Amino acid sequence: MQTEHIEDRSQGERASSSKEGREVKMAAIKLYGMMLSPNVTRVVTVLNELGLDFDSVDVDLRTGAHKHPDFLKLNPFGQIPALQDGDEVVFESRAINRYIATKYGSSGPNLLPTPSAKMEAWLEVESPHFFPLAQTVVYELLIKPLFGATPDTAEADKKAAELDKLLDVYEAHLAAGNKYLAGDVFTLADGNHMSWLFLLTKSPKAELVASRPHVKAWWEEISARPAWAKTVASIPLPPAV
Amino acid sequence: MAPVKVFGPAASTNVARVLVCLEEVGAEYELVDIDFPGKGHKRPEHLARNPFGQVPAFQDGDLILFESRAIAKYVLRKYKSEQVDLLRESNLEEAAMVDIWTEVEIHQYHPALSPIVLECFIYPTLRGLPTNQRIVDESLVKAKKVLEIYEAHLSKHKYLAGDFVSFADLNHFACTFYLMDATPYASLFNSYPHVKAWWEDLMSRPSMKKLGVHLCNPTRT
Repeated sequence: MQTEHIEDRSQGERASSSKEGREVKMAAIKLYGMMLSPNVTRVVTVLNELGLDFDSVDVDLRTGAHKHPDFLKLNPFGQIPALQDGDEVVFESRAINRYIATKYGSSGPNLLPTPSAKMEAWLEVESPHFFPLAQTVVYELLIKPLFGATPDTAEADKKAAELDKLLDVYEAHLAAGNKYLAGDVFTLADGNHMSWLFLLTKSPKAELVASRPHVKAWWEEISARPAWAKTVASIPLPPAV
Repeated sequence: MAPVKVFGPAASTNVARVLVCLEEVGAEYELVDIDFPGKGHKRPEHLARNPFGQVPAFQDGDLILFESRAIAKYVLRKYKSEQVDLLRESNLEEAAMVDIWTEVEIHQYHPALSPIVLECFIYPTLRGLPTNQRIVDESLVKAKKVLEIYEAHLSKHKYLAGDFVSFADLNHFACTFYLMDATPYASLFNSYPHVKAWWEDLMSRPSMKKLGVHLCNPTRT
């Protein structure tokens, strides 16, 4: 079993700064979590879109690191991700994403064009509507089997049926002259969907996306972004997936 | 300036979320009845406003919005003033705190408390279903864990995002009001004195006193 990575932070920093004896600037941003978690990669997606350097600090749920007192100081709810930016600590992945998109908006594409009522509406749609359904389907049908647990196929099918109805609305919206959720440009509304949408397309319910021409085209467009390639490369999915 | 319009019943927690923000900023608004019990929210006229067929929807002149938090933020930004700034967007750290506790309400607080409201109030009164006590008991366990975290947080800060009231606090209004007013579990907060004090402080605000009347209207739609 790996050592508690959250306590190894100082070792990681020393190792990074001794490269060939030259001064290496430590990233101001530290992201705590594990790369298998799509809630963590929701943040990695945006960090990479903005071209930001960050250090990953491993908080492995399998070792209970997220309940360690040091981590609870960062997120009292004991969940990943948490992000530290200098002295600032932010938790809740969508709050983190809004914070970094606002603060570092000039480093890369403007993910929060304001005012954009359309962007705000579709940004909100992801959290209470898309995410809970996609999470159940992916967790039951993709993640559980990977770890040898028995999926609750009845629950997965129920949520897949609801997701089917929800994606009809996305299809109609994207068919109505919207290349991205907020219109003509890629925004945080698209970015916040990607980590769970990616796993949905790897799951037995991939046809929910593949069967809808505009949703499919939207996914193909946003997943072709160079920053996304970098994000995917950091997700340690087993070869079977 | 024409008043803005909110479409949906005032007793809906998501409609109430928008109304409390309109009250806080003192905006003129019109609440439009869309015949929610008669499934007015699924008819084409409303679907044109909210493609998900849900409430609320919102109109300001030619602008139509849906998703209660997107609407609420639009309202809070439009009517922001020196006296009323509930999003704090000109201060990055304060805005991040508002965002964190807004997300916490969605993902931690509401999922723990709302099944209690559903089982003890909504299902029995609206659908004539009996309370599933097992679900209530499981939710009470979750609610206590969440309230412990809120208690620790509110013992260090007057409000959720700091020493100022914000959108994060307002988002907790409807769900908490229903728990307090319409279920036998108001006493849950007694074990968390800072949470209780925070709630009582919020309920002393004119906006919440006014809207509380709508939420406990016995002829709620």
